[in-house]
Amino acid sequence: MVDFGAEIATRTLPLSGAHGGSSVARLELAAPAERISLRVVAADVAALSAALGVDLPTRPKTSASANGRTALWLGPDEWLVIAEGTGDTGSALVEAASKAAVPHSATDVSHRNTAIIVSGPGAAAAINTGCPQDLSLAVFPVGACSRTNLGKVEIVLLRTADDAFRVEVWRSFSTYAFGLLAEGARDAAL
Amino acid sequence: MLLIHCPYCEEERSELEFRWAGEAHIARPDNISAISDEEFAEFFFLRNNEKGLTYERWRHIHGCGRFFNAARDTVSDKFLMTYKAGLPKQPIPAAAKAEAIAEEKTIETWEQTEGDAR
Ligand SMILES: [Zn+2]
Repeated sequence: MVDFGAEIATRTLPLSGAHGGSSVARLELAAPAERISLRVVAADVAALSAALGVDLPTRPKTSASANGRTALWLGPDEWLVIAEGTGDTGSALVEAASKAAVPHSATDVSHRNTAIIVSGPGAAAAINTGCPQDLSLAVFPVGACSRTNLGKVEIVLLRTADDAFRVEVWRSFSTYAFGLLAEGARDAAL
Repeated sequence: MLLIHCPYCEEERSELEFRWAGEAHIARPDNISAISDEEFAEFFFLRNNEKGLTYERWRHIHGCGRFFNAARDTVSDKFLMTYKAGLPKQPIPAAAKAEAIAEEKTIETWEQTEGDAR
C-alpha cells in the first residue's frame, strides 16, 4: 500500500480564507483543534476527568478548562472536549480517555467541527441574529456553553470572554454559519 | 416565541431547540410476541390524539439531546408541566390547570374562525 504519511498530508480549515465582521463584531477562524464527543455515565465521570486532566462539569450549561483542554457540558452524560493544537495523526484526547478503565465512548470529531470566534461589543447581538438563547451576561456568563441553533443549523456555543464567543459548527454547515454571522455582525453595527 | 422548560437543562429554552416525539406513557407489552395483531395495532399505531390536556414526549434535540415528558394543552398550546423521562405520569399542579382553563375560554378555535359556526 502506498504510504500517504502525515508528512505529506496537508489540511486546510473548512473556512480557510474566510473573513468578515463589522466595526462591532469581528469574525475569525479558530485555530485547528482536537475534539472528542464523550459519553459516560455519572458514576464514572471522575475516572474520565482524571484521565483527561480536566474536571468534566456536571451542571447544565457550564464548561471547565485545564491543561489546554476545555470540557463543555452538552447533556447529562455528554461532553464536547476541545484541546488546543492538533496532532498530525491520531488523537491525544482519545488516547487520554482510553486510560480510564471504565466504560465510555470517546469519538474523535476533530475534523467534523470547525470553529468561528465572534468577538467585540456586538458579538452577542451578531449571534442572536440566528440564535434564540438569552446571551446576557447574567444568564450566559463567561464559561457558559450550550448546544443550540443558529438559523437552520446546530451549533455549540461557548462564551470565552464578556465580549467573545466560540461557535463550534459542523464543517459542512460552516459556510452557512459564517455567512449568517457576517450578516448578524453587519446588523449589529447598524 | 414559545418557551419550554427542559427538566435536564433546568431552564426555559426556545421551542426551536425542541422536537415533538408523540404520546407519552405508552408501555410496551411485556410479552409482545404473545399478543394478537389487534392488540399490537392498538399498542403500535393507535393514539388518543386528545383535544385539551395531553401527555407527550418531547426531545431537547438541539440542546441536551434528552427525551422528557410534558403535559400540554393542545388547544392553547400551553405547557402545563415538564418532567424527566422514566418518571410515572405526574399530576398537574392545580394552579397551572386553572390558568390553562382560563386561557382556553379566550382562545379562538378553528370552529369559531373557520368552521361552520362562523
Ligand atoms: Zn435540555
